[in-house]
Amino acid sequence: MARVLINLPESAKRGEVIEIKTLIQHPMETGYRLDSNGAKIPRDIINRFTCTYNGEEVFHAELFPAIAANPFIAFSTLATESGELVFSWADDDGQTQTESRQIVVE
Amino acid sequence: MNEAIRRVVGEAEPQPGKVRLELPSIVENGNTVPLAVSVDSPMTEAEHVESIHIFNQKNPQPYVAAFHLGARAGKARVSTRIRLADSQRVVAIVRLNDGSFWSDSADVIVTLAACTEQ
Repeated sequence: MARVLINLPESAKRGEVIEIKTLIQHPMETGYRLDSNGAKIPRDIINRFTCTYNGEEVFHAELFPAIAANPFIAFSTLATESGELVFSWADDDGQTQTESRQIVVE
Repeated sequence: MNEAIRRVVGEAEPQPGKVRLELPSIVENGNTVPLAVSVDSPMTEAEHVESIHIFNQKNPQPYVAAFHLGARAGKARVSTRIRLADSQRVVAIVRLNDGSFWSDSADVIVTLAACTEQ
């Protein structure tokens, strides 16, 4: 499992805009680099990031090789109700990593 | 880059305005360049940003990323870190829920390129 950093407030007022910052450890290998023998290093990137809030998708991103290694994505969402935000990253091999965080909305 | 943009906007002509693309004007390391896009939008059900698309001129692939949001984002701003293979222009295209497209661009000078270095 890759290391993940997720930064969002633990609690918020209803209707408040909260900022969410995410970072996942990943080489984001472009497929354009050569190894020491001159052979192409195959592409291996995270191509999709999704965030759901109590089951409803609130944000997703399509990523291409021009995204830097250890992709950092920051976005915002409205704090609507207490519950769970689920973050998932899918890579070229079809592997998905999922993390969740709780938020309390007053 | 223009073809890649065309595939996103179709027949529409993106208009300048509403969008602010923030990039450093000079970067030492093209491997990780901070980028932020914000859009002047109230982000209500009636009027909000649907998607933000980032393109570049000189990397091996012109498409950098697409971000899909909606009224629930509350604020139309995203940020990430990108790679730039050379000094070049970066373009952000924004689609609003009324189907209109808006754009902004920024020129970046890169002293150490990304993508092809060992």
